[in-house]
Amino acid sequence: MEELIVAEQISRVFGSLRAVDKLDLRVRRGEIYGFIGPNGCGKSTSIRMLTGLLTPSEGSVRVLGLELPRQAEALRTRIGYMTQKFSLFDDLTVAENLKFIAQIYGISGKAAKQRLKEQFDTYGLNQLRQQMAGTLSGGLKQRLALAAATVHRPELLFLDEPTSAVDPENRREFWEKLFDLSDQGASILVSTHYMDEAERCHQLAILEAGQKRASGSPAALMAEMGANVVEVAGTELRQLKQQVIASPEVLSAAQHGTRLRVLITDRIDDPIGWLLQQYPQLEPQQLHPVRPSLEDVFVSSTGAGARQ
Amino acid sequence: MISLSRIGAITFKELRQLRRDRLTFGMVVMIPLIQLLMFGYAINTNVRHLPVGLVDMSHSALARIFVQSISATQVVDFEQHYLSVQEAERGLTRGDVRAVLILPHDLAKRTSRHRMIASQLGIPARDDQQRALGQWIVDGSDTMVASTINRLRNMPLEDGRGILTQPAMNTFEVTYYFNPEQRSVVNIVPGLVAIILTMTMIMFTSAAIVREKERGNMELLITTPLRPIELMVGKIIPYIVIGLIQLTIVLSLGYGVFNVPMRGDIEQILLASLLFICASLTLGLIISTLAKSQLQSMQMTIFILLPSILLSGFMFPYEGMPEAAQWIAEVLPATHFMRMIRAIVLREADIVDVSTDALWLLGFTVVGLMIASVRFKKRLD
Repeated sequence: MEELIVAEQISRVFGSLRAVDKLDLRVRRGEIYGFIGPNGCGKSTSIRMLTGLLTPSEGSVRVLGLELPRQAEALRTRIGYMTQKFSLFDDLTVAENLKFIAQIYGISGKAAKQRLKEQFDTYGLNQLRQQMAGTLSGGLKQRLALAAATVHRPELLFLDEPTSAVDPENRREFWEKLFDLSDQGASILVSTHYMDEAERCHQLAILEAGQKRASGSPAALMAEMGANVVEVAGTELRQLKQQVIASPEVLSAAQHGTRLRVLITDRIDDPIGWLLQQYPQLEPQQLHPVRPSLEDVFVSSTGAGARQ
Repeated sequence: MISLSRIGAITFKELRQLRRDRLTFGMVVMIPLIQLLMFGYAINTNVRHLPVGLVDMSHSALARIFVQSISATQVVDFEQHYLSVQEAERGLTRGDVRAVLILPHDLAKRTSRHRMIASQLGIPARDDQQRALGQWIVDGSDTMVASTINRLRNMPLEDGRGILTQPAMNTFEVTYYFNPEQRSVVNIVPGLVAIILTMTMIMFTSAAIVREKERGNMELLITTPLRPIELMVGKIIPYIVIGLIQLTIVLSLGYGVFNVPMRGDIEQILLASLLFICASLTLGLIISTLAKSQLQSMQMTIFILLPSILLSGFMFPYEGMPEAAQWIAEVLPATHFMRMIRAIVLREADIVDVSTDALWLLGFTVVGLMIASVRFKKRLD
């Protein structure tokens, strides 16, 4: 399939900080590609380099066949970009904001009217047309921002943490809109720090400290995680957690209600047997192997997990 | 290919935002209104009613007559009477009075020996016996006060017998064109147009781009096909209109309230002002591309505003300044406009008569717009 984004070994240095370090990235047409990582891992910097806003310190970027940042201007009309911070005008109404953006993209007159109406309908903004953008709730602001970023029907959409200030219900709706856009042929690159959102992407890259730790489809990532997950049921899980976390074979342990989720490196062939042997106080009926989640993948490929 | 529709989009957006920013919108009207009324009344280079003291050692009726005729000039008000020169000096130090007149104990003798009076009385004047009638001690730190008192040196005096001391005949006759009554406000009002426009135009645009950076709108704008020159032009158009509104307020109030003559053609005034407004707005845009915050842009505006007030010829004649200061003044758009607007409004000059200044402003605008557009990068690095 056609590759829309090809980034090779791109790095960006701010003073002594390497915000992005030798990132390789290939995004194909029609994909929803996710960047997942903690705050400050280089997601925004990467997106800014891929949109031509920042010049990479090293490496090369081609987006839609255009070399960045040299041909950034030619790219402008073909991509949509939704910034992390709400960047429309607080002191303009919803309709004025959208009309302004349409005009900037050269959509005017009847075509603009028609397009704006479509966008109001699609994003449920009809009732809010006369409301000042600054007074909208977080979820509505994001909807307006997405409507603005897609007003010129871009082939490729960049979304920088679009849902960080949005409640779960609105997040779900927002993602429905992204799938609609994807169905209509748009390719999307989205960054997030929510696991459930990452799981919805076709392809994922896990970033940490400016470096790509893992990439692939969520299913493949989970299958190739390099660790097994065992859930321990029972009481006194806090003490158990302190004990297991001390072993180098345990990548992480996290309590979920009455169960402790333990990630054990796949160097251990029989994780349940190993646990019973290491911690004699455990009973076999307490232990269950479970399917890894994306969060497990994330934990095993970043932080302490990645160093093992 | 510059897109007019994109320029229009920016302009209308600015106008909408401006309309909703009540305070700024109010300032558009209030700045020229208040400042014109304030300065029109307050700035006066004809100094009058200076508080002065008197040390009268003669204790004579003649002294009282002299004091009365000096008071009649309204240049000074005798507010303090001191018994000794030392006491008067202390009053001067404290700032109670700006000057002290000392009339000596032999005032009568000095008066009768004064050349003018002596000749009228038929007494042969003896130059070696002539002395001044009194002595002024002046707080000379303020040169304007000093020169005002200085002008009293040769004032005619009546000695009570209808006999006047008269100054020597004028070497030259002087006729005042354009401002025969010598009212300061005639020169001040056209100058105020330059000052008010400098202030508001630079202030508005210097904040214009920084504000969008601060609010995060810039990251959105630079990912669109919008060109820097479109952004720049779109942003200055609304303020051109505002500048013309302010011009109208100042000149019509100047004409209506202060009776300042409007001798030049309206079109000439508009053309000159338009050139200046564009130059000032461009200067603001350059500041806007330099500043990182609205506070910085405000600091730079003040940095331009002060020399525009002090060096442009608004307060002091340009020709009287040292050469270095004149060079600085030449760089400022306000200096060129000061010359043009005074020439057109007061002296009925044409834009052709002040074409050097007009061309300079035009050049400033074109070059400035290019600098601002080049400096404005559609990048974040």
